[in-house]
Amino acid sequence: MSLLTRSARTLFLGELLYGMSLTLRYFFKRKVTINYPYEKGPLSPRFRGEHALRRYPNGEERCIACKLCEAICPAQAITIEAEPRDDGSRRTTRYDIDMTKCIYCGFCEEACPVDAIVEGPNFEFATETREELMYNKDKLLANGERWEPDLAARLEADAPYR
Amino acid sequence: MAKLTIDGEEIEVENGLSVLQACEIAGKEIPRFCYHERLSVAGNCRMCLVEMEKSPKPIASCAMPVGEGMVIRTNTELVRKARQGVMEFLLINHPLDCPICDQGGECDLQDQAMAYGYDRSRFHENKRAVKDKDLGPLVGTNMTRCIHCTRCIRFTTEVAGVEELGATGRSEHMEVGTYIEKALTSELSGNIIDLCPVGALTSKPYAFNARSWELVRTESVDVMDAVGSNIRIDSRGGEVMRVLPTLNEDINEEWISDKTRFACDGLKRQRLDQPYVRRDGKLQPASWDDAFAAIAGRIKSSSGDRIAAIAGDLADCEAMQSLADLIKALGSPHIDCRQDGARLDASTRAGYVFNTSIAGIENADACLLVGTNPRHEAPIINARLRKRSIRGGFPVGVVGEQVDLTYKTELIGAGPQSLEDILEGRHGFSATLQVAERPMIIVGQGALARSDGAAVLGLCRAIAERFGMVSGDWNGFNILHRAAARVGGLDLGLVPGDGGRDVAGILDGASSGDIDLVYLLGADEIDTDRLGKAFVVYQGHHGDAGAHRADVILPGAAYTEKDATYVNTEGRAQHGRRAIFPPGDAREDWTILRALSDVLGCTLGYDNITQLRARMEEASPAFAAIGEIPHTAWGDFGTSGTMDPTPFGLPVENFYMTDPISRVSETMAKCSQMAADTRSGKTGTDG
Repeated sequence: MSLLTRSARTLFLGELLYGMSLTLRYFFKRKVTINYPYEKGPLSPRFRGEHALRRYPNGEERCIACKLCEAICPAQAITIEAEPRDDGSRRTTRYDIDMTKCIYCGFCEEACPVDAIVEGPNFEFATETREELMYNKDKLLANGERWEPDLAARLEADAPYR
Repeated sequence: MAKLTIDGEEIEVENGLSVLQACEIAGKEIPRFCYHERLSVAGNCRMCLVEMEKSPKPIASCAMPVGEGMVIRTNTELVRKARQGVMEFLLINHPLDCPICDQGGECDLQDQAMAYGYDRSRFHENKRAVKDKDLGPLVGTNMTRCIHCTRCIRFTTEVAGVEELGATGRSEHMEVGTYIEKALTSELSGNIIDLCPVGALTSKPYAFNARSWELVRTESVDVMDAVGSNIRIDSRGGEVMRVLPTLNEDINEEWISDKTRFACDGLKRQRLDQPYVRRDGKLQPASWDDAFAAIAGRIKSSSGDRIAAIAGDLADCEAMQSLADLIKALGSPHIDCRQDGARLDASTRAGYVFNTSIAGIENADACLLVGTNPRHEAPIINARLRKRSIRGGFPVGVVGEQVDLTYKTELIGAGPQSLEDILEGRHGFSATLQVAERPMIIVGQGALARSDGAAVLGLCRAIAERFGMVSGDWNGFNILHRAAARVGGLDLGLVPGDGGRDVAGILDGASSGDIDLVYLLGADEIDTDRLGKAFVVYQGHHGDAGAHRADVILPGAAYTEKDATYVNTEGRAQHGRRAIFPPGDAREDWTILRALSDVLGCTLGYDNITQLRARMEEASPAFAAIGEIPHTAWGDFGTSGTMDPTPFGLPVENFYMTDPISRVSETMAKCSQMAADTRSGKTGTDG
């Protein structure tokens, strides 16, 4: 570029005007940002968010304490203890997930033979303290109850591809 | 010898072997469910099918004896398809509930379905369901999973010797059960859990507790009886989850007794996890320093010959060696390891071990049992005796109480008088012993733990010598111990020194005030009321009788929590290994004694277990050869003298509760209840 053109552009603030015009063009374009948390983007049914333990429609918890999720967990975030329940069925007495260890790989829900542990669509579970991220069985079952319609819908949506 | 070709390789094997065994020798893996080396051949699972030349269809290799010139193929398309077919049939009625099955992860059916099975089923009808049976407090059942291999039936009938399990119905309607609901009464019943290739028979106390892949395996030695069964301790975190047998042909083959297997829940209850010192009549938690200071204060104000020590039944050799050295350093001759008061002679090793060896039982051809019930004192040895007995030509005479030993025995007397009759040839059994080439005698603690025990021992030695039980390479004289610590204690010389008192003497001395301080190393089977005003130091792992009486409690480690040496009744030293850490402040026992010796100013001369084991080797050559039985020379032991004519009693009243661990075990409590119920005619299943 010749010295003359460069000097002229500098003199008439060409760069600045170009930038301003770009801004102005975007000002009239459709927005790509969303107004989070009042608006949210779409989620795939395969999205791997916060964990939940599901129940059967009759209220019986699905988890049978087979410990396959514990075995597959690459981050060793899951701890399970089990013993026979009064009716002789195999149930967990403890089902803990350390959400700070979890890497959200989704292996636990893939390993689960009864679709008990699932990773739901919820990703807004930030807490103020670390301790609150040590989920126990009650918390996970409560999650399941709270998210069941979404969880069922997303399992159904993904079922043909499993 | 027969020469046959397996997959193109020529191999020569002994006649009488099966094709399956020949294939194993040739290094070919043949899948199987019903076949088991130690049981009779049933041939009903059909999984071991192989192709044989000139046979129109595949043959069941477990049931086909080898023949000259056979041509076997194990890897053809026909064999593969046959296995797939069998597998598909087996899985037709199998519930496939692996996720909730305790066998999951260590299941023969699972593994073989993966290796040889077809990846889908063509069966769309309803599966069979079978009602579960109640086999008592140990064996849980899930009979829908049963694949009818009949291993459990064959084990109980052939090895355990109780004909309690059987099958009813045919084909799909076949059910394994006890015909009439009742609990299994065998002391070996837990082994059917290991034998079951699927999850039909599972461990009730272990139900749903852990998965096989979570467990850390530690090979160790059992201490519940004096057999020294080789075990595998499966632990998770700081908890022993279960105990399983490991293979040792010379000792336990691959069986263990129910007490060995199921008493491990006692390790979690009533444990001593910190030192205690009695203050104002109450045991108060204390620090190690306080506890040692309390002992040191007491010992300083006493003299050496007013101190005594008793080693208990579960003590390990390292701890006993340290205790012996410590007591000696304090100048006391009063030490004993024979808690039950058995008049055993520590001077001649052949006089207190099971010389024939457990495997050697199979070579004997006559047996005399004196004051013992091997079924309760050492179920594994009883299983060997039964194994020998069912081969035939093995008369067994019993002097003592008549008990059901699961094989044919003959009650030939009750007390020492009968032994004298046998010795002098006045008894019918003398002739049996006379004609036998390799007769053996097994003397139990029931005959020795009495005031005339030494004379009975002498009499038994005389019988052994009179009937040629000790000749050349055969030694048929056996002492059957019931405590894991006993032979080790005698080897290490934990018997009264010159002018020393034995257990009865120590208790007399304590009650009369001649003994100031008694050190109990896990000794709970003594009469603690007779300890009088003596200052009692109890070192052990469970809050049992000894701990209740103690003035100072030093928390030690149980057998799963220390690297320790035990000598079994054969005189075979074996190393136990640490599976988990002792709870709380508890420490390995020898380290406690070593630390105490420092405080008392008579430091023991070893700082680590290697040095201590070298010291033990000095004390007895038995510790030099771990896992071996050193040669023991015959010698003079026992005394002669008048004997009390009272019949010999049995040392074990309740098989399920013999030591501090099994006494606090919930499972063992259920078993004792079941055994008591069974004796009184009930079924033991609340049914």
